[in-house]
Amino acid sequence: MNVLYGLLQPDSGEILVDGAPVRIKGPGDAIKVGIGMVHQHFMLVPVFSVAENIMLGAEPAHGGFIDHGKAVKLVREVSQRYGLPLNPDAIIEDLPIGIQQRVEIVKALTRDVDLLILDEPTAVLTPQETDELLEVMRGLKAAGKSIVFITHKLREVKAVADRITVIRRGRTVGTAEPTAPESELAELMVGRSVVLEVPKEAAVPGEPVLEIAGLVVADDREHRAVDGVDLVVRAGEVLGIAGVQGNGQTELVESIMGLRPARAGSVHLSGKPITTWHTREVLRAGVGYVPEDRSVDGLVKEFSVAENLVLDLYDLPPFGGRFALDLDAIEAQAEQKIAEFDVRTQSPHQPVGALSGGNQQKVIVAREMSTPLKLLIASQPTRGVDVGSIEFIHSRIVAERDRGAAVLVVSSELDEVVALADRVAVMYRGRVLAVVSPDTPRETLGLLMAGIDPSSSSHTPGTPASGEQDTQGEGMSEHGEAAS
Amino acid sequence: MTSHEPIEAEPGATAASPDKGPAQPTPGVDQYHVDPSLPAAGVEERHDQAERQPKHRAPAPEEGKRSFGRTFREELWANNNFTVTLLAIVLALICGGVLMVIGNAEVRDQWQYLLYQPGKTIGDTWAFVSTAYTDMFKGAVVNPDTVNRWYWNMTTWQQVFYPISETLTNAAPLIFTGLAVAVPFRAGLFNIGGQGQAIMGAIGGGTVGLALSLPAIVQVPLGVLAGALLGGLWGYLVGILKARTGAHEVILTIMLNNIAFLFLGWFILQQGIKDPARSDAISKPIQESGRLPQLIPDPLLRANLAIVLAVLAAAGVAWLLKRGRFGFELRAVGHNPHAAATAGIKVGTTVALTMALAGALAGLGGTSVALGTAPALTVDMLGQIGFNGILVALLGRVRPWGVVGAGLLFGALQAGGNAMQTFSGVSVELVGVIQALIVLFVAAPALVKAIYRLRRSPAAAAQAGLAKG
Repeated sequence: MNVLYGLLQPDSGEILVDGAPVRIKGPGDAIKVGIGMVHQHFMLVPVFSVAENIMLGAEPAHGGFIDHGKAVKLVREVSQRYGLPLNPDAIIEDLPIGIQQRVEIVKALTRDVDLLILDEPTAVLTPQETDELLEVMRGLKAAGKSIVFITHKLREVKAVADRITVIRRGRTVGTAEPTAPESELAELMVGRSVVLEVPKEAAVPGEPVLEIAGLVVADDREHRAVDGVDLVVRAGEVLGIAGVQGNGQTELVESIMGLRPARAGSVHLSGKPITTWHTREVLRAGVGYVPEDRSVDGLVKEFSVAENLVLDLYDLPPFGGRFALDLDAIEAQAEQKIAEFDVRTQSPHQPVGALSGGNQQKVIVAREMSTPLKLLIASQPTRGVDVGSIEFIHSRIVAERDRGAAVLVVSSELDEVVALADRVAVMYRGRVLAVVSPDTPRETLGLLMAGIDPSSSSHTPGTPASGEQDTQGEGMSEHGEAAS
Repeated sequence: MTSHEPIEAEPGATAASPDKGPAQPTPGVDQYHVDPSLPAAGVEERHDQAERQPKHRAPAPEEGKRSFGRTFREELWANNNFTVTLLAIVLALICGGVLMVIGNAEVRDQWQYLLYQPGKTIGDTWAFVSTAYTDMFKGAVVNPDTVNRWYWNMTTWQQVFYPISETLTNAAPLIFTGLAVAVPFRAGLFNIGGQGQAIMGAIGGGTVGLALSLPAIVQVPLGVLAGALLGGLWGYLVGILKARTGAHEVILTIMLNNIAFLFLGWFILQQGIKDPARSDAISKPIQESGRLPQLIPDPLLRANLAIVLAVLAAAGVAWLLKRGRFGFELRAVGHNPHAAATAGIKVGTTVALTMALAGALAGLGGTSVALGTAPALTVDMLGQIGFNGILVALLGRVRPWGVVGAGLLFGALQAGGNAMQTFSGVSVELVGVIQALIVLFVAAPALVKAIYRLRRSPAAAAQAGLAKG
């Protein structure tokens, strides 16, 4: 979609608008050919008024001065024509999220676009706001506009779409009518073509190592990203967390690691409460952590491979004493880990940023596995990693399990979760919808990931019914609005 | 230092030579005159190549056969840090020369007759500027006349070392304040507060120096410690406010500079501090037992223990950044605070301690003035050492030994500027302009590269290619 809007350039292929090929070099070109976009994260200036934001980039000027009256008039006109009431003089930051989104839509409409791209517009909306938005979309359709509506939520596509295209991993995997059953769509979404095989024995679960009870964690915008999660991970088993990205997995893991405070609930490690521990203490208690975004949280790119291999061990003997580092010990460690984990690097002194993604990830995995672990938390352990490295990392994770560590794997790739996990917990909107066996049919998992609980399934105790789910969502967003 | 002269001469001389025969350049100049033409030809050659290169995209076949000498020359002339810094200094000196001419009524007036007496105009200008810079060199490094006279027993050996002593005296506080900017820079913090921290250090060290009468062996270390401590606290305040409240360190340090400056003004007027024998705002003199000992006990050679401490501090910082456990944390936080936090490093604590260390270093800078060269505490005794420290750190590319080099250069410019004012009548303020210009050119490497048409270092290009592949 960023290609369509000119934010990215295609490597190959072409874009046809009204049958004619166009080259879109930037958002300006996109608007010229009649494509407008509403981004998932709003592109509004918070301290400007509604009219000012809508005019931004196309100010009706009057000899160097902005014609404010004309802008206000235009906003009134457009918002009336499409039934999108707005106060042109309101300041953006005072408005609720739903209205801000309406501003974005009106902004696109004032540019006279024919095609409107809505990129996950409902992710930030309350159910009521979502219903309103769906109504607006129907109105726009009636007014002759085309809409591309991107969402993860089956209910919404089925409610509003005329045609559904499923895209997975950068490819169109199928098209469907909105009348198609949800299970068919879910199957298209999660796919069944590629099944990763990780050779492993049956798990021998032991004592509970990680116990999470009623955990509530807020995200950066103060939404309840984790909304009452209960989980237990036992020694010698892999618990996989499946779910569409952004359903609270990141915040859950960060909270366990002491990187994000818990608002309620508790986390226990081998019976000890670690809810308020600092990250360093959690790591020292025998937790290995492979963070979700290696370039942001996992590595210091400018540091050498050797330095990154001790990034969270530098203060432990033999690498560091009270004041000094033992550079020889660090280098020896690097040589050994590079050999053991087959990190392809010219030397231990090369900056880690110069390595390929797979080798960077191996550096992190090697580092996190260099101390004896009670618990390994691996978030998206193979994202952006080549196939060879994926197999290697998977086998190391399973080896940790067999050694007796408890393993928590979080991945938005269902294949990965199913291949690695002994039990699969599906997260949706900050809650664990169900904990199921990895042998559960794909369709069932896909539906769970989309927030639909197949009522037939028997092994999902405590799953909220769909009615309940709505009120839960409402509570979540209200919390967010109050804070913003 | 004399190397700037030929460049200064070159444009003038070549411009003048086509028409009327100018005053014959001195043999010295002539000898230099050949030299610059070498790199100049090199530039053109390279310029051609740069133009050609985009046309044939394939690498030129002759590249493999480049001689070692040519490779060396190209590498030297490419835009590595050292070359850019050196050329920035040359460029700043040229600009300084232009300002000198503008500032001197006699030479400026002569330029009205450029078309009638081009030789005299250029010659006078050259003579004036080169004399001024020569005086600067004599005042900063060594004066050949003095050496000569010492050889004939007409003067003392102390006179020979006087310029160096002055340079070292001026350099010491600048190295301290430069380190006070360089260290936090490595942690991703911009410390504008060197001035305030140095003032607090001077107050701490100075108070111990003037109020106590202990044996020097006790009082001097005590004073130095007090200065480092007070400066450190002043820096820690910034760090803790940033870590706890997220306030920006640039704003905080600017404000604390003002507070420290005004506090110093108040402090020296207090009973027990102010000199009762004087009516102006000055403290009691620093006791002899509290002064930093001179390297060579001689009234002429002022250089004292401060320069030794400064070099030791630089060595300590270099060790800390390379091998220190805290240095590892500091660098990790500087490059990627998220990864540092994820690895269990306490980012807030690291920030606070880094600022405390920076404050202590700047405080030592202030103390080195208070217990070194200043007779007593006054409001303006520190001049701009805190702010000049920012320039020194940037010129030294925020590396400890780079800071030592930059501090020595700035100290030399300061010492030479005083001599230049005395002998050539060029205002010492020009030194400040030259210092600022050097850093300006260093900070805008694109400008220097464009002026000198530097090419990308072949080695660097190869590195970049590897990284991509």
